[in-house]
Amino acid sequence: MSASKLENAGRRDFLRKSVLGGGGLVLGYYLQSAGSAFAQVAKPSAAPIGDFTPNAFIRISSDGKVTLISKQPEIGQGIKTSLPMVIAEELEVNWKDVVIVQGDLNPAYGRQSAGGSTSTPTNYEEFHQLGATARTMLVQAAALTWGVPVGDCHAADSAVHHRPSKRKLGYGQLAAKASTLPVPGKEVVVLKDSKDFKLLGKRIGGVDNPAVVTGKPLFGIDVQLPGLLYAVYEKSPAFGGKVVSANLEAIKALPGVRDAFVIEGTANLNGLMPGVAIVADSTWAAFSARRQLKVTWDEGRVAQESWAGFTAKANELAKKPGGQTLRRDGDAAKALAGAAKVVEAAYSYPFISHTSIEPQNCTAHVRDGAVEIWAPTQNPNAAQDAVTRLFGIPKEKVTLHITRSGGGFGRRLAADYVLEAVAIAQRVAAPVKLTWTREDDLRHDHFRPGGFHFLKGGVDGAGKLVAWHNHFVTFANDGKFGSGASLSGDEFPGRWVENCLLEQTAIDCGIPMGPWRAPGSCVFAWVFHSFIDELAHAAGRDPLEFRLELLGNRDEVASTVGGLNYNVSRMRNVLKTAADKAGWGKKLPRGRGQGIAFHFSHRGYIAQVAEVTVSKAGELKVDRVVVATDIGAQVVNLSGAENQVQGSVVDGLGTLMFQELNIERGRIVQGNFNEYPMIRIPDAPTKIEVHFLKTDYPVTGLGEPALPPLAPAVCNAIFAATGKRVRQFPLSRTDLRWS
Amino acid sequence: MSKYTLHINGETRTVDVAPDTPLLWVLRDSLGLLGTKFGCGAGHCGACTVHLNGVPTRACMTPVSTVGRKQVTTIEGLDPKGNHPLQQAWQELDVPQCGYCQAGQILTAAVLLKENPNPSDEEIDGALAGNLCRCGTYLRIREGIHKAAQLAKKGGK
Repeated sequence: MSASKLENAGRRDFLRKSVLGGGGLVLGYYLQSAGSAFAQVAKPSAAPIGDFTPNAFIRISSDGKVTLISKQPEIGQGIKTSLPMVIAEELEVNWKDVVIVQGDLNPAYGRQSAGGSTSTPTNYEEFHQLGATARTMLVQAAALTWGVPVGDCHAADSAVHHRPSKRKLGYGQLAAKASTLPVPGKEVVVLKDSKDFKLLGKRIGGVDNPAVVTGKPLFGIDVQLPGLLYAVYEKSPAFGGKVVSANLEAIKALPGVRDAFVIEGTANLNGLMPGVAIVADSTWAAFSARRQLKVTWDEGRVAQESWAGFTAKANELAKKPGGQTLRRDGDAAKALAGAAKVVEAAYSYPFISHTSIEPQNCTAHVRDGAVEIWAPTQNPNAAQDAVTRLFGIPKEKVTLHITRSGGGFGRRLAADYVLEAVAIAQRVAAPVKLTWTREDDLRHDHFRPGGFHFLKGGVDGAGKLVAWHNHFVTFANDGKFGSGASLSGDEFPGRWVENCLLEQTAIDCGIPMGPWRAPGSCVFAWVFHSFIDELAHAAGRDPLEFRLELLGNRDEVASTVGGLNYNVSRMRNVLKTAADKAGWGKKLPRGRGQGIAFHFSHRGYIAQVAEVTVSKAGELKVDRVVVATDIGAQVVNLSGAENQVQGSVVDGLGTLMFQELNIERGRIVQGNFNEYPMIRIPDAPTKIEVHFLKTDYPVTGLGEPALPPLAPAVCNAIFAATGKRVRQFPLSRTDLRWS
Repeated sequence: MSKYTLHINGETRTVDVAPDTPLLWVLRDSLGLLGTKFGCGAGHCGACTVHLNGVPTRACMTPVSTVGRKQVTTIEGLDPKGNHPLQQAWQELDVPQCGYCQAGQILTAAVLLKENPNPSDEEIDGALAGNLCRCGTYLRIREGIHKAAQLAKKGGK
């Protein structure tokens, strides 16, 4: 252990101050109370004698095997690899000696939700402490064994070494002794200095990769149990419709069908909706029986709703003052009247689905007043709470096994499919696996809300942005905004434009909505950075220079109406880095162009430059995307982080190019990937370069913040290439042909 | 229900299922071979890709009654030890994110490499266009196939 205590304390102190200072509001909110995992951990009672289990996350057995618990749900974001890496780093254990086990839902592990890119920031510091505490105890155990001063001993390569005598004892040999020592307090545990990191910042492959490439069961849908039955659940195509009648007797007579019944459900659009369950001997028997199912629905008033109706309503609302004023600085109307150039534009985007590739599913077994659940969930705590609330099963009788998820993107924060499985399992004297079809998944998502932005902007004679007015028409369910459907008055460029009026009006609807990867940001960044680009061009200015002037020279801009503090210098740095690395401003022939955008979300500062080719026939190819990120002091797993950024770029591009759901008569029109295309390999960018700026700020997560800047960067590049401005998602709505 | 004798990963397996049962559900529910994945049930996403006599095939669209004596290869049977060059390359380059689609990607790529041991990016894009990766690992899939092509050359496979 070569950490210098003094320097190290300084670094920690700085990180703490940063938590309280810049961007600290959100971190302070998300960070678990100090020592929460410590406070609640107990040595598992079943620990074999001689195993060293200093906390709920680490077990070292006498044969030297090191088992680490992954507490967070793994949905493809790589957390099952990256968080244990933090423990392993401090523990000075060889990565090859480590076995990682997915933890069930357990209060000993603290909060286990994987959402909002919070898994890393909420656990990072504590996981250092967990590993360092165990290492400190192993060093003490060795010093006691040898009768030498602790200061002469150090840990490395899964062993403690005594430098003067060149002796060493492996962790397995020390486990029994270490298990008898008291767990030391934080004050005596020294964390490693980042310059001594051996694992963090390196490229480490996903721990489940060997199982993935050989087809071992990992996912929720792979759960198999003795006597397992298989279920499907049919809900009203128009959201929230109630069952009037169903041909249950005919269904029950079909081959392989064990039972069929109505579940009354609730009115909660994100909860247990009414429907008909079929339970069978196999998935196919259940799917086949469902094709014979005939249900009469009471569809209710949602059947009046359509996307065309919403669009007409939005255009009508745009003519009136907004329902809410989110921000009013100066006098936007007056500044627009006096501006040298004024641009007016309407931007819109449709409802879209998460379409995680593993359809929603859940296995549940109800017996003796208790329920055991196996679920691909991002939010096991919320799922457990929802089961307790709806079914009255006490929390301690709701056991939840967290499986790997075949994608999440925010969809699996909701517990609807878990509630359905439990409701079905209550009627079946066996474990039962509910499997949604792709059509269920696409038509009964909690959708990313659509939206309409009616924008006016003005630049003065010097080409400076002086006026900004946005009337955002969005969506609510019973007066409650959809997730990501509400704009903050502090959202950029609010706080930056002298005369700024931000208004918002919600259309109330019965379409279920939920958080979709980088909620709000995933669309706001596109609208605002596209419109900023329009204003830069109207002013005859270079889009990068225009943005740098707009950002200004302040270091930090404080929250004014409930948003977050915004560290402008961090954003300037990523913006300049992306521009430099991309060779911003290089001369390109017509049909090729560069576009730039930036966005701050989920505590991460990200800028992107896209370089595109648009053929005369209007076909887009993204040749290159350069991404600069500032996610703080440490990239945990370089391979995983780069994968997340590249995946975010591809996802952002797919959303821009293809994704669109239509709504008619209160239901989703599309049913499967033939009608709802997703991005495929030929449309993926040729090259995505990722630059991680290492700064002194707290470490944060990367599942979301790299997505928002992609769409505006590409659309701004399309404009540079063709002079065509994209103001609607998806891209097929805009004719990109040029001659 | 009818009895079918299938040749899967070099073994003979007998199942008793409805004739229209897709091979996908026979593999998953009857035989416990869970590496073949359900993504769309309509042949659009490629998550259920298996080899039938060496041809990449959508198991979700293949009724068990049509399989006959054809040799079925699933991800579990691609290589006896899980050391196919693609499986090695996928791990070396850390291709997967969620991993759900990757069995289908690998099985499709395996046939591409057999027919074209040194494919270009365009040829990869053409061959893999039917396999959806929702996480967007496409750049690493391209890289992984190039890497596997190199490994295969070195290994003389």
